[in-house]
Amino acid sequence: MSEALNVKTIAEYVANGETPEILFWVGCAGSFDDRAKKITKAIVKILNHANVKFAVLGTEESCTGDPAKRAGNEFLFQMQAMNNITVLNGYEVKKIVTGCPHCFNTLKNEYPSLGGNYEVIHHTQLLQDLLNSGRIKIEGGDFKGKKITFHDPCYLGRANDVYEAPREVMINLDAELMEMKRSKANGLCCGAGGAQMFKEAEKGNKEINIERTEEALALNPDIISVGCPFCNTMMTDGVKHFNKEQTVKVLDVAELIAQAKDL
Amino acid sequence: MISSIVFIILFSAGAVWFAINVRKVRRNILLGKEIDRKDNPAQRLKIMTLVALGQKKMFERPIPAILHLFLYVAFVITQIELIEIVTDGAVGSHRMFRPYLGGFYTFIVSFIEILSVLAFIGTIAFLSRRNLLKVPRLVKSELNGWPKLDANFILLGELTLICFIFMMNGADEMLYNNGWSHAEEAKGTFGLAISSHLGPMLFGGLSEPSLHIIERIGWWGHIAMVLGFLNYLPYSKHFHILLAFPNVYFSNLLAKGKFTNLESVTNEVKLMFDANAVVPPSDGTPMRFGAKDVTDLSWKQLLDAYTCTECGRCTSACPANITGKLLSPRKIMMDTRDRLMEVGKNMDANKGEFKDDGKSLLGDYITAEELWACTSCNACVQECPVNIDPLSIIIDMRRFMVMEQSAAPTELNMMFTNIENNGAPWQFSQSDRLNWKNE
Ligand code: SF4
Ligand code: SF4
Repeated sequence: MSEALNVKTIAEYVANGETPEILFWVGCAGSFDDRAKKITKAIVKILNHANVKFAVLGTEESCTGDPAKRAGNEFLFQMQAMNNITVLNGYEVKKIVTGCPHCFNTLKNEYPSLGGNYEVIHHTQLLQDLLNSGRIKIEGGDFKGKKITFHDPCYLGRANDVYEAPREVMINLDAELMEMKRSKANGLCCGAGGAQMFKEAEKGNKEINIERTEEALALNPDIISVGCPFCNTMMTDGVKHFNKEQTVKVLDVAELIAQAKDL
Repeated sequence: MISSIVFIILFSAGAVWFAINVRKVRRNILLGKEIDRKDNPAQRLKIMTLVALGQKKMFERPIPAILHLFLYVAFVITQIELIEIVTDGAVGSHRMFRPYLGGFYTFIVSFIEILSVLAFIGTIAFLSRRNLLKVPRLVKSELNGWPKLDANFILLGELTLICFIFMMNGADEMLYNNGWSHAEEAKGTFGLAISSHLGPMLFGGLSEPSLHIIERIGWWGHIAMVLGFLNYLPYSKHFHILLAFPNVYFSNLLAKGKFTNLESVTNEVKLMFDANAVVPPSDGTPMRFGAKDVTDLSWKQLLDAYTCTECGRCTSACPANITGKLLSPRKIMMDTRDRLMEVGKNMDANKGEFKDDGKSLLGDYITAEELWACTSCNACVQECPVNIDPLSIIIDMRRFMVMEQSAAPTELNMMFTNIENNGAPWQFSQSDRLNWKNE
């Protein structure tokens, strides 16, 4: 299957005198984390299927600086941002889709004041576009009647007020979409944001991802869907904590669509 | 005559004292750094109307919202009656507006009376929520001591004030019933919605002098409570009844995920990339990255601190707090205010100059453990009914810890090193970034 992936770097496009429709910003998790790489591939499969002319930066991509900025290291963040902006502007990138809400937020909101102005969308928004414009079509399939609950990523939801795109995409699955009590603007964080992913939690009486997974599991879902590789890790760990990994899957919205299309 | 003079002196003293206090608060807030929040006035007015005037975010939780609405509307509408009380007090008249307004007067005052009863119910409910039901967010540890007292104090004050209103109106009604009124020669009734029934119930059968005394106690008690309340405000979380409006007006209008860009850092980074880069000259004062004390924060963050109602909606939505961590966004705001008031007092005691007291917001009030527990999830910002942003203060203090003190947790320092060396928060080489394609 992996041979079928058609991924070109922007350098390759330029070498052929072509311009891609959109740049796919893979992100650090999407590039290196074993679980997140599957999401990356799901996104690529969908893009390939919909014949989207997309490029990646490949080895020219570097961390957006999000975890550094949230941790208070503004220096490191701006160094990363300036380097990335030099690369992006060098290729005259206009439109970016990210596989991660943190990259999405940083590129969209925090790069402009440093000279990086792009139209930035999250992959669930791209999926919504592709579905709306008919470039991909889904007829029920695998997920018909399955119970799915969506966990809002903080950096997609509250941080950028994107609540509907992932939900509208999932409507196409003919599944039973269920909302947790704390959802959308009131959604509870998975515990990974603000650089928490990279450190032990402070002393408390519970892990945040356990609190959140508990809430999701209370709905007896078949699938907890997510839109962020970090949420994915946190919720997957949570499901394992409750020994539910056999019955409850944690899947990215892109993976749901790719599976529904049998890609 | 005498009473008019006493009234005018009392009232002026109350007003002047309030003005002095407000100036102090203003000075304290302006100790903060400049930040531009004057753009988009139309949008700002709209948000202020919806969120401050219209209490939009309060209605996320309907029960306290309705109870609060009783107090809020009663408070606002009662100000109309206050105009008459002040006029009566100053010129020695009695129910001055009644002859001019007639039926409309009866309507307005009746309306105030009904709202006062609702506010009474609301206040009792609020007292029970705090002291009997012990709603979790209202009994958290950061409220121990003065904040708890402050909240109860103001609620009891509210009850007292409402009692005064009904003493005043009820006794006055009885006086009128018996033909002893100052307002009218004849016998009659004011026809007010509540006191025309409550008056006879409470004060029926009392003698003329007793009724006069009760009426006067009610009247003077009412105005004394109002003046007292006004001057208590600047020391209390109840200042939000005034500051909520400017605070919401000056809200952040941008995406909540967008953190501020540190200009000072940008200049240094530009110079690192290009030694000939043109950067604005510094004004000579040594630059501090991030916030250590209240004076490193922006005036909006300080206004936030004075506006905080200590309602704890932020804390009850905070994932760190929910899971037992030390962090409470409400405490961040309360600490900021406490420290700012301490700095203000220090300045008052030293002829307007701040004398170093060896203390700071970071360390003496807010600890590193609290700051590092934040997931930057924005739940606190989303929840706050008066658009306060505790997260921005947390991030500014993290910036100080990281950039000025190099005091990040070890794991985060490792993450920084990885990003610096390999362009990823983990130890993977940048040249392997596209390996997933062939795996
Ligand atoms: S942003 Fe930080 S302080 Fe605010 S609710 Fe989230 S974790 Fe708590
Ligand atoms: S910051 Fe806002 S939500 Fe939190 S206690 Fe203060 S007023 Fe309430």
